[in-house]
Amino acid sequence: MSGLMGSLAEAVACTVRDGDTVALEGFTHLIPYAAGHEIIRQERRDLTLVRMTPDILYDQMIGMGMAAKLVFSWGGNPGVGSLHRFRDAVQNGWPRPLELEEHSHAGMANRYVAGAGRLPFAVLRGYAGTDLPANTKNIDTIRCPFTGEELTAVAALRPDVAFVHAQQADRDGNVQFWGISGVQKEAVLSADRAVVTVEEVVDHLEPRPGAVVLPAWVLTAVVAVPGGAAPSYAQGYSARDNGFYQAWDAISRDRDRFTAWMRENVLGTVRKG
Amino acid sequence: MMEWTSDEIMTVAAARRLADGETCLVGIGLPSTAANLARRTHAPGLVLVYESGTIGAKPAILPLSIGDGELAATADALVSVPETFNYWLQAGRLDVGFLGAAQIDRHGNINSTVIGSYAQPDVRLPGAGGAPEIASSCGRVIVVVRQSTRTFVDQVAFRTSLGHRVATVITDLGEFERHPGGELVLHRVHPGVTADRVRAATGWELTIADDLAETPHPTAGELGVLRHLEATKGRAAQP
Repeated sequence: MSGLMGSLAEAVACTVRDGDTVALEGFTHLIPYAAGHEIIRQERRDLTLVRMTPDILYDQMIGMGMAAKLVFSWGGNPGVGSLHRFRDAVQNGWPRPLELEEHSHAGMANRYVAGAGRLPFAVLRGYAGTDLPANTKNIDTIRCPFTGEELTAVAALRPDVAFVHAQQADRDGNVQFWGISGVQKEAVLSADRAVVTVEEVVDHLEPRPGAVVLPAWVLTAVVAVPGGAAPSYAQGYSARDNGFYQAWDAISRDRDRFTAWMRENVLGTVRKG
Repeated sequence: MMEWTSDEIMTVAAARRLADGETCLVGIGLPSTAANLARRTHAPGLVLVYESGTIGAKPAILPLSIGDGELAATADALVSVPETFNYWLQAGRLDVGFLGAAQIDRHGNINSTVIGSYAQPDVRLPGAGGAPEIASSCGRVIVVVRQSTRTFVDQVAFRTSLGHRVATVITDLGEFERHPGGELVLHRVHPGVTADRVRAATGWELTIADDLAETPHPTAGELGVLRHLEATKGRAAQP
C-alpha cells in the first residue's frame, strides 16, 4: 500500500484492527491528533495504546473506552496538570478498567530503539532504586559480559501500527519532518505498519538541517492532513494552541461534559483528506 | 507586608542555586521558571537542556510545555529523545537535574506516580517521565516543591526516583540541604517564616541546622525579571 493514499479514513480502516497495539507518537510537537480522532470515529476497541507522553489525545481515546491497556512513561497535560479521563479510568474503571505498563522516558525510548533495530531488548542505566521494576514487567537486569557491571534491560517495543504526523511528503510518499523529532523515527521503524499524516505534499523535499527523512518504502500509508497535529503544532506551519491545553482541564473533569465535547468536536465531524 | 509572594521567593531562591556555565536538565513548571530566571540574571551562560531534545535552549518567553516551539527555535542543538537520554543524560554530561515532585521524603526520594497504593491509587499522578534517570545521572539534583505535610511526607507512597543525588530542596517556606548519606536539614527560612511553621509543614521529625539563617531578600532586579517571564508564560511562539 506504499505511497500517497486518498483518505485518512481509508488508511485507518486498512491498518488498525481491534485488539492491536497502536503507537501514536509525538513529543509535544507533531502529535497525530487527526489520526487518533479517526481511530475514535471508527470505534476500534481493546487497543493497547503505546506512547511515551500520553496527553490529551490519549485522554480522549481512553475516555471513549477504546483502550484496554496503556504502555507509557508520563501521562499528564504538559504544563497544566493531570489527565482526568486517564485518572478516572485508573481510579474508577470508567468507562472501562485500564491496565497499565509504566516506564521511565529513558526506558521507553530505549524500548523503541530495540524494536526499530529488531533486537529483543535494550540496555541502559535506568530505574535505579525506583519502585517501577517491581510493578512493571519488561524491566529486568543483565550483567555486562565484558565488565561484569549490572545494567537494566528493557524489552523491545514492537507495535502493530504506528502513527506520526510530519510537515511534508513528496508525491512518491517520502516523508520529512523537522523541529523537535521526539521518538517518531524509532516508533515508525519498530512497528509492523506505519501511517504518516502530513501538512503538505510538495514536488520535492528540500533538505533541512536536522530533519528526519523516512523513505516511502518503510511506510504503509501517507495522507495529506493539513492541521492534523492541532492543538499540538507543526514547526513552520502552526503554533501550539496552549489555550486549548489549559481549557481541556475543565472540559475533561466531568464525564458528561467530556462526552458532549467529543460528540460535538470529534464524532460529529468528517475529516477531509 | 511582603513585597513578594511565597512562590516568587521560592523561585528566586531556586534560581540562585544554579551557577553560570553549568549544564542543567530542566523539568517543566517551577524548575523551568527558576532556571530561566537564573539565565536572565546571574547565570547568562547556564545551559538549559529540556528532555524534548532541545539542548542549549534560550527561550525569550516562558514555555508552557517542555516541547514548545520556542525551545526548539532557540536551541543550540535539537536531538531525538533516545539521544537525549542516552548520549547526554546517561553519559553524565549534565551538572544539575532540576525537578519538581508531588511528594518527597526526608532522604530526598521523590514520588510523582500515585497517592495511595499503586494497584488501587487514591490519586493517579502523571508518572515518572524523565525523573528516574535525571535523578540518578546528573551530578546533583535540586528539587523545587511547595511544602506541606501532603508533600513533605515521612514515607513516599511510591518511589519514582531515588534521593541519593538530591543536594538541595527549595520550598515556599525555606531551603534544605541533604547531608551526604543522610537526610534533609533546614538551613534557611524565607523572611517572615518561623522554624516552627516549617516544622509543622513537615511530615517527619525535622532536623534544623545550628546556624539556621534567613533567605536573602529577592532583589528588585530578580523580581522584575521573574514577573516579566511569568507574564510571557505559554505565549505561543510564531510558527
